Amino acid sequence: MAPYLFLSPFVALFLVFGLFPIAFSFYLMFQVWDPVQGLASMQFVGVENLQFAAQDPLVWLSLKNTLWLAIGSGLPQHLVAIPLAYFINEALGKWRNTAMGAYFLPYITSTVAIAIMFSSLFSTDYGVINVILGEMAQWPVIGFLFPNANVDWLGSPETIKPVIAAVVFWRYVGFNVILYVAAMQSIPRDLYEAGRMDGANGWRLFWYITLPQLKPMMYFGTVLTVIGGLQLFEEPFILTGGKGGMEYAGMTTAMYMYRTAFEFNDFGLASAISWMLFAIIAVVTWLTNRAFRERKGS
Amino acid sequence: MMSTASNNVRTTERLQLTGVIFLALGALAMLAPFFFMFVFATHSRADIFSVPPPLFFGDQFFANMDILMRKIPFWRNLGLSLYVGLMSTALTLLFCSMAGFAFAAYEFRFKNALFGLVMATMLVPAFLGMIPTFMIMDALGWIDQPRALYLPAAAPAMGIFLMRQYISAAIPKDLYEAARMDGCSEWSVYWRVVVPLLSPAFGTLGLIVFIASWNNFMGPLIVMRTPEMYTFPLALRSVQSPVDTEWGALMAGSAVAVLPLLVIFVFSSKRLIEGLTAGAVK
Repeated sequence: MAPYLFLSPFVALFLVFGLFPIAFSFYLMFQVWDPVQGLASMQFVGVENLQFAAQDPLVWLSLKNTLWLAIGSGLPQHLVAIPLAYFINEALGKWRNTAMGAYFLPYITSTVAIAIMFSSLFSTDYGVINVILGEMAQWPVIGFLFPNANVDWLGSPETIKPVIAAVVFWRYVGFNVILYVAAMQSIPRDLYEAGRMDGANGWRLFWYITLPQLKPMMYFGTVLTVIGGLQLFEEPFILTGGKGGMEYAGMTTAMYMYRTAFEFNDFGLASAISWMLFAIIAVVTWLTNRAFRERKGS
Repeated sequence: MMSTASNNVRTTERLQLTGVIFLALGALAMLAPFFFMFVFATHSRADIFSVPPPLFFGDQFFANMDILMRKIPFWRNLGLSLYVGLMSTALTLLFCSMAGFAFAAYEFRFKNALFGLVMATMLVPAFLGMIPTFMIMDALGWIDQPRALYLPAAAPAMGIFLMRQYISAAIPKDLYEAARMDGCSEWSVYWRVVVPLLSPAFGTLGLIVFIASWNNFMGPLIVMRTPEMYTFPLALRSVQSPVDTEWGALMAGSAVAVLPLLVIFVFSSKRLIEGLTAGAVK
């Protein structure tokens, strides 16, 4: 009996705040009701909410934005984190923990504080980023590479996505560095010894020994990034003042779901959107899984 | 032969130097926003947006805090964040260590199924429960109640996993047997024998849970509806407005929100990193 008693808090919380909400959300997807009259006016409408969501251009726009942001922030995280982790692990010695700490710090700080900070750095008039770019535009020879006029980073639809992706990259790249360093430390050293005996140098050791050995962690890290990126909410929410930015260019699907529920009071439609997003996350995760499995086989 | 070898050494050295430079520039880019956050917190709004921007600490911190305190019930919001964080930490440590102990120390029916269930809860994205969670809290009358924040997430899978790993690795089974022989009940085996040995795992999990609660934004956004019941991040966001944002005050507030995390980080980054990657490396 004892183990069940020890597990009872988990089970109780899971049933009330884990399983029930999800089942209820599934049920809500097929209902409409008038929020003023309350749940008593609830009515089964079949797949009407799903159909409505599928015809809503903002749902598709938000999905496109989400995909853009997931790739734009996720891919660079791994492309940077792997070589960085390799360098930190191989060449830094006693500075290893300090370097990892510097890159890891953004991960544990408040999203709100970070987003507020970046809102000020990216301000149009006299924001630090624009001041620096304006300064660089005066440089000889390479000056033409930089914009001369102040960029409206957070206000124009072309720049809002790169800004959000940059902030997300900045926040999570260190976490991936840590994952990869941990994985690299578990690679047996004799593999490198054997590689050196065969005359391989640093670059080849990295390519032929480290990278293949990292595959399980690359899989794990990619899945985390994909799942996290597709439900992106807080960073774009705060950077765009909760509205999604000009022409909704910075509105993710999770944000649109939130607005549908809490600003437009349509909980049924919002539930339908959340299950659509869940299905997409499941499919993309499955595709990631397959991509890694196939490469494992070859 | 000799010359290629020394060439190789020179290339490696040059590569190393380039690597160190890039690494240092990257680290600078990682830390610069924090530097600006603290510097801006000590300057007035007009100074923050001057050319060149301020690069060293000013003397306007308390003026900024005054503005912030006029905009939000500062101490209340901060206290609420602290209260929710501490309650959340205490409950999570209790529930996760109980569950971890059950999985580490007992053989029982449905053990594997239950552990699978624990792990499966990790795969459910938070946004899926957002709407029904709000409705449940509304139905329970828990809107604007701190317990709506600390109770639902008090038995996270990550914590249960961490505790199970630690208990099975660090506490020998003979110890429970001996305690049982001495007539300890199952509860006192847990409470008197196991819990006192868990401090390192409690430290790691406690830090992770407290930081997550302190930073939590989506949770309070859904259930905390009146400004007096806002947690600190929510209150900070409410100061941000499309026009006429008090940037000096916002920066001061952000600095206050980040400072405890920096302190925690300086003293325990190694432990945090180990805790967060514990599940990944296995």
